[in-house]
Amino acid sequence: MNEMLEITIWQLVTAYIFIVILLAIVRWRKIPREKEIIIATLRMTIQLVLVGYVLMFIFENEKMIYSIIVIIIMETFAVYNIYKRTKQTLSSELKKIIAISMVSGTLFAFLYFDFIVVQFSPWYDPRYFIPIAGMLIGNSMTGITLGVSSLVEGFSSRKKEVEAALMLGAPPNKASQGIVNHAFDSAILPTINSMVGMGIVFLPGMMTGVILSGAGPMDAIKYQIAIMLGITGSVSLSVILFLYFGYKTFFNKHAQLKL
Amino acid sequence: MFSIKQLVFKDIITVNKLEIKSGKIYCLFGESGSGKSTLLKMFNSMLTPDQGIIAYKDQSITDVDPVQLRREVVMLGQDPVVFDGTVRDNLLIGLQFADKADVEDQVLIDLLKDLHLKKDLDKEADKLSGGEQQRLAVGRVLLMNAEVYLMDEPTSALDEETETAVMDLFTKKIRDAGKTAIMVTHSKEVAEKYSDEIIYMNDIVTNEGALS
Repeated sequence: MNEMLEITIWQLVTAYIFIVILLAIVRWRKIPREKEIIIATLRMTIQLVLVGYVLMFIFENEKMIYSIIVIIIMETFAVYNIYKRTKQTLSSELKKIIAISMVSGTLFAFLYFDFIVVQFSPWYDPRYFIPIAGMLIGNSMTGITLGVSSLVEGFSSRKKEVEAALMLGAPPNKASQGIVNHAFDSAILPTINSMVGMGIVFLPGMMTGVILSGAGPMDAIKYQIAIMLGITGSVSLSVILFLYFGYKTFFNKHAQLKL
Repeated sequence: MFSIKQLVFKDIITVNKLEIKSGKIYCLFGESGSGKSTLLKMFNSMLTPDQGIIAYKDQSITDVDPVQLRREVVMLGQDPVVFDGTVRDNLLIGLQFADKADVEDQVLIDLLKDLHLKKDLDKEADKLSGGEQQRLAVGRVLLMNAEVYLMDEPTSALDEETETAVMDLFTKKIRDAGKTAIMVTHSKEVAEKYSDEIIYMNDIVTNEGALS
């Protein structure tokens, strides 16, 4: 197989012409977005260069502790990001459940993937450990974010329905079944959609990467299929954990709706 | 059946003493804002008083499992709620919520007729008008075969004629079965015509803040 073509620094600089074109367009159309475009481009560049150095260091000093530190940082960032991206205010109880279900759901799926499906060797090999953990955690983060929004929104817009069910003697899980199912559905829908479009509408990033690095397409799709299944598992597991414990935070010990 | 002693809920209501006897129909009567709905919700633990005791069958309500309590003491809220699905689904959903057995279609058809609701069981319930939805909600509660019925303005969206039909049916069913009902209404006529006893909010509520 061919080795990957190397891009020289000057070739890379020529790619920034796309940003220059974008800046010209927004200036011409008088769309006030120049500042954001420049900041975004700078951030993207600086962040990636830094990550490049960090990964280089980690790959050269293959140590268990580094892989573990990276996954802890990823999980922390993901949980924090869910809090930030949810527009509604979250109770501290719900925040706790978000963190626990996010971490335990993704870790379980990831360890299964690591030890059973792909069997990294050693199990903390950063070339596999870091990107794959990143994909599982990133997708679960999106899933839980959607689930949280849908759950909180559901309890506020369908409050009357839940109360009417309680008044008739429904236990809290039955009274909130519709809301919980809807939240699960909206949380996993993007994952299901991406499986449907996979390979036809787009070539996923991971597969592209594997192909670019010189591996054959069949190896690339094997990885892609495995990771897609891993992502589905990780998303559904963390979302169902979140919903199963999360809905309970909307009720008090007298089976009354808080709010 | 119920006895209330020195009940306080936020700064909304303070009730010194109230007894509800089994097998009677009560009306809670008072102007809006007098705390009728708030008080009604305490009988089936939809709200819990901050202070004082409300007992059901000589047991403090806070010691009873709220879900089991609500299966004996069912409530119809102020705004009729329609769930997804057909008229049949909406009538049966209360039984399903409470883990009770479904009933035959014929029972539902008879019930709809009694409620002056000439609708097909397979019709989508959200297509019904406000008054029809309210009768559907009353029907759902009547199917529950409960010990106590708490009804918050069960006929607020109905015209006089339908109101009479619904109230006649409802009170007859309760009396025939020897059950208890507590209704909230702001209509003096309804209160006088249908209840055994009118509870005037003004008489039971003390507005002097928390009781000492």
